[in-house]
Amino acid sequence: MPQHTRALSEAGVSTPTGELQFGVFFQGVNSGTIWKAAESGSQTDFESFRRIAQTAERGLFAAFFLGEGLRLREHLGQPHALDVAGRPDAQTMLAALASVTSHIGLVATQNTTYNDPADLAHRLSTLDLLSGGRAAWNVVTTDNAWTGENFRRGGYLDHADRYTHAEAFVETAKAVWDSWGPDAVARQGTNGSRPEGGASRRVHHQGQHYTVDISPRLPRSAQYRPVLFQAGDSPAGRDFAARQADVIFSGHPQFDDAVAFRADITARTVRAGRPADAVKIMPASEFILAATSAEAVEKQAWVRELQIGPQQAVAYLEQFWGRRLDGWDPHGPLPDVGPAVEETSETRGSGFHGAKAAELTAQWRQEAAEKEQSILQFVRAKAGRADASFVGSYSEVADKLAAYAAVGAVDGFNISPWLIPTGLDDIVNHLVPELQDRGVYPTEYRGYTLRENLGLAVPERASVGEPAVR
Amino acid sequence: MSTTDGFSSEARRAGFLAIELDGAGWDGTGVRGDDVFASLAAAVLAVETAGFHVATFADSPLPGRANALQRAAYAGPITRTIVLVPEVDTVYTEPFHVSIQLATLDYVSGGRAGWIATAAESSEAAAAVGRAAVSGAALPLEAAASIEVSRRLWDSWEDDAVIRDVSTGRYIDADKLHYADYRTPTGISPAYSVKGPSIIPRPLQGQLPVLVPASLVGEGQVPADAVDAVLVTAPTPELLAAEIADVRDRLGQSVALVAELDVVLDARGQPATERAVGTGGDRARYVGSAGGLTAFLGQLLVEADGVRLHPASLVVELDELARLVLPELRRSGALRPMVQDGTFRDLLGLPRPTSRYTNSHIAAAAEN
Repeated sequence: MPQHTRALSEAGVSTPTGELQFGVFFQGVNSGTIWKAAESGSQTDFESFRRIAQTAERGLFAAFFLGEGLRLREHLGQPHALDVAGRPDAQTMLAALASVTSHIGLVATQNTTYNDPADLAHRLSTLDLLSGGRAAWNVVTTDNAWTGENFRRGGYLDHADRYTHAEAFVETAKAVWDSWGPDAVARQGTNGSRPEGGASRRVHHQGQHYTVDISPRLPRSAQYRPVLFQAGDSPAGRDFAARQADVIFSGHPQFDDAVAFRADITARTVRAGRPADAVKIMPASEFILAATSAEAVEKQAWVRELQIGPQQAVAYLEQFWGRRLDGWDPHGPLPDVGPAVEETSETRGSGFHGAKAAELTAQWRQEAAEKEQSILQFVRAKAGRADASFVGSYSEVADKLAAYAAVGAVDGFNISPWLIPTGLDDIVNHLVPELQDRGVYPTEYRGYTLRENLGLAVPERASVGEPAVR
Repeated sequence: MSTTDGFSSEARRAGFLAIELDGAGWDGTGVRGDDVFASLAAAVLAVETAGFHVATFADSPLPGRANALQRAAYAGPITRTIVLVPEVDTVYTEPFHVSIQLATLDYVSGGRAGWIATAAESSEAAAAVGRAAVSGAALPLEAAASIEVSRRLWDSWEDDAVIRDVSTGRYIDADKLHYADYRTPTGISPAYSVKGPSIIPRPLQGQLPVLVPASLVGEGQVPADAVDAVLVTAPTPELLAAEIADVRDRLGQSVALVAELDVVLDARGQPATERAVGTGGDRARYVGSAGGLTAFLGQLLVEADGVRLHPASLVVELDELARLVLPELRRSGALRPMVQDGTFRDLLGLPRPTSRYTNSHIAAAAEN
C-alpha cells in the first residue's frame, strides 16, 4: 500500500470521492492578478464578475469565491500602488450575480471581528434565499487594530481571543439560521405577515465581547443554511474548522502535503465528533495551461514576468526590510543592509518584525547569493506561488489531478485566475473535458443548491426547547 | 459639467414616479397567495416595464423580510432603466460597511443606485447588535454621521486613481487616494471614527444620491446640503401640497422633494373603499379611481419633484397603474422621459461631482 493511501486509511478516509470540484477565487488584490497585459480587464466593472461567474458555471464549477480586506492594503505607510486593488463588497456583488447565474455556489469571505452576528446572519440568509440555496460564508478572523480604525468599536479584540470570539459568533449565526421551524415559510404579502408553519426562537448570546438578543426574520433556505468555509491553518484554526466548517479553503495543494493535510483534518474532524468526511478540502491553486507542455512552460515565464515586475520585486523585499530600498537594482543582488526592525509592524505592510526580520533577511541574502539570483529572480521564485501552480498541457495536468481524485487527497481546487475576465476560458474549454473523460469531474450539476453540489449533508436542527446558544 | 442635456426645459419641470416594492420578497421558494409576484425578479421587471423611474426597497424588521440592499443588488443586472434605492439604517449599522455596500450597488446597477438613509428608533434593533437604544435628538445625528462617512469614502478614491501605468509599475496613483479621517461630533454615543480610504474605487456616479425623511433634515439634524432629496409625509392627500411648500421654504431649492403616498385603487371589480382596510399609517392615502389618481398626481408633480407610491397590493395596484395611470401622466408631460443608460443623478438633474479631495495630497492626511 503506498504511503499516502495508508495515511488516509489510518485517518479513517475509507472511500475517496473519486470526483473533484472546482471553485474560482476572484482575488481583486495582490500580485497574482496580471494588470499589465493587453487583455487585462476591469477589476470593478460588473461585466468582469459576470463573465467569470458565467464561465465558471459553464464549466460546472461548484463555487464562485470573493475575498475581503476591510482596510486598503498599505506599504510603508502609503496605499500599496503596485498591485491590483479596490474590490466590491462581497455579499452585494454575490447578490447581483445570483440573478444571472443558476447553479454556482456564491461564497462571501466575511470577518467575525468587524461584523455584528445579527446583521451578518441576516444578510447571509438573504443571499441564500435570493440564490435558491447557493450561499456560503468563508469565516475569517482578522482582528488587528489597524483594520479596526474603520469601525465603530476600533481594535477591541486580542489576537489570542480571535478563535474563541469567532466560534461564539458562528454559533450565534447558526442559532439564527436554526430558529425557524422546519416548515416555516415567509408569506410575501405586501403588508408583511409572520412566516407560517412554525414558530421562531429568539437567539440570546451573552459573552465576553458582546451580548445580543436577536429575533430572526428569515426562514431557512433550500439548503437549510449557508455552507461554511474556513481557511485558518494554525492548529487552533484547523480545530475550529473541524468543529464548525463544511469546507476548508486550504493552502496545501501539492500532492504529499495535501495528503498529509487531509489526514490531519480527518483526524481532527473525528475527534470533534463529526463524520470523517464532514469537511471538504479545496486548496488554493493557480493553473497555467497550454496545448503542449513546452508552450505551458513558456506561458509560465510570461505570467511570472507580468505578475512581479521590477518595482514589485523591490517592494516585496521592502515589506520584510521595513524600509525603502528604491536605490537597489532589481537586477542586482539582494540588499546588504539590515532591516529597519524598529519601524516594522505586521499591520503596516511588513511581513515580520523584531529579531525574526534580521534573521530572515540574512538567510535570504545567503540563499540568493548561493543561487546567484538577482532581486527580481529571487522574488519571482519566492512570491510566485510556485507551490500552488499547476503548469503543463491540458492532458498532463488532467492526469495529475486524476491522481488526487484517485486517493481522495482533496475534494477539489479553488482556482485563482491570473487574468480577468478571461482567465478561466482555458480551464473550462480544455481542462474540464479532459477531467470528465477521466471520470473525475462532474458532467452535470447534481442539484441546485451548493450543499447538494458539494455532497454535504443537511444539518439537523437543534431540538426545540434547548437553548440554542449559551 | 452638466449631464442634464437630455431634458428639455419643459421636461425638467416634469417629475418622477417611484414605487415601493416592499413585500415583493425574494426569488423562488416560499411564495404563496394570489396577491404576490412569483419572484423578486418578476416584481422588479413589472415595475420597470410599467414605466416607473425608481423602485425602493424597505428594510423592515418584520419577519419574512430579506435585506433591502441585497434585494436591490439582485435587481441590478436584470434591469436597464429603473433606479434602485434601498433603505439602509444608519444607527445600528457600520458606516464603513454601508458605504462599501452602496458603492457596490452602484457598480452592479450601472450607476442606477441611491440610498434612503433612515434612523431606526428600535430597542429590538439595539438589542440585536448589543448596543444601548438610541433615541431623540441623537437619531438625526447618527444619520448625519453615517452619511458623512459614506460621502467621504466615496470621494476617497479620485476618479483617475487607477492608472495602470506599466512604465512605473503602478496600478494606482497613491496620491489620488485619501484618508477619510472622520470623527463623530459630540452628541453621538459611543463616539467612533473611520480612517479610510475606501476599499473600492469611486462609485460610477461619484456620489450616490441620498434620500432622507424630511423629519430628519434641518438645523442640528442632517444638514440639507448633505442630502439630494427628502421624503415628505402628510396625514392626508389634501395636506401634501401644503407640506411640500413648507418643506421647500425650509430647505430651499437645491433639494428634490418626494411626496409619500399610499394608494388603494378600484380594481378587479371591487371599489377602492372596500379594499381600503384599516386606518392606514401616518402617510397620506389616496383611495379611489385610477382617473382620480392621475389627476391628483398631475397636480402634485407640479410642486413635488417626485412621488413615491406605496400600493396596497403590489400586484393589484400595479395592474391599474401600468394600464391607466402612468400612460396618461406620460401623455400629459407630467413625467420625465426615461434616459437610456441614465444614472440616478441624471434623473435628478444632478451633475457628476468631482471628488472633494481633488488636488489635496495624501501626505497631508498621512501625517495625522
